Amino acid sequence: MPISNYIIFCLTLFTIGIIGVLVRRNAIIVFMCIELMLNAVNLLLVAFSKMHNGVAYLSDKSSIVGAEAQVFVFFIMVVAAAEVSVGLAIIVMMYRNTHSVDINFLNRLKN
Amino acid sequence: MNLIQIIFWFLSSFAVISAIMVLVSKSPVHSVLWLIAVFFAISGHYILLNAQFLAIVNLIVYAGAIMVLFLFVIMMMNLNKDTDPQKNVWIKLAGAVSGGCLLMVLVSLVKQATEINGKQALIGKGDIGLIATLGKVLFTDFVVPFEISSVLFLSAMVGAVVIGKKDSKLENN
Repeated sequence: MPISNYIIFCLTLFTIGIIGVLVRRNAIIVFMCIELMLNAVNLLLVAFSKMHNGVAYLSDKSSIVGAEAQVFVFFIMVVAAAEVSVGLAIIVMMYRNTHSVDINFLNRLKN
Repeated sequence: MNLIQIIFWFLSSFAVISAIMVLVSKSPVHSVLWLIAVFFAISGHYILLNAQFLAIVNLIVYAGAIMVLFLFVIMMMNLNKDTDPQKNVWIKLAGAVSGGCLLMVLVSLVKQATEINGKQALIGKGDIGLIATLGKVLFTDFVVPFEISSVLFLSAMVGAVVIGKKDSKLENN
């Protein structure tokens, strides 16, 4: 599979995430769009790692060139899980204070 | 068009359509369900690339844990009815147009790049995505970041509890 197919597919997912962040006002949907962008980047990292592995695969069938990228994707997932727990706690606190999840209420961050 | 290409295009179109449905759904619960569909499609891509460990971790962590967390928060807030205030249609249009412009610029950039001309992603072969390989790499070269990530989780847990707990001063006022 040509790598440009993967790049364009991941760019499409990433752009949909950006449009969601720009257009929606519900804080939870905005947060979900950020998760979508993270996943697009993860898939692209894995595709690139397989691209580099494919070059080394020709000479050595059991080469592990590119395994670092998949470890990086694993760490991105770890950090995303931690980020989601804190972010959702912030959204819950915001809902408790303003009784809404509209992000336009937060444009001053004070009062 | 062989089987690999059919699976690739099916998974890609399914993921893109589900991602668009995340945006246009009125109810947040529907958005969460469509996002789970996107994650399943991305896991299918991982399996296609023979990254078995990441496929199953993606399903367990994202579709299993994070999305359930989202669902719990939405249920606690009782956002089932449409509480999202309608935005001006021009602002929606402006967001879509600016995102489309960004996509157009990036795609034209990819089309012009000579570094990736004729480069192929290895499909279904190669064993860097297997659990045995990744475990060996993770516990030899990346053991320090792996242990530090446990500290990160601890701090995230403490932070979530501190942020989420009821403020007694606010309650009294």
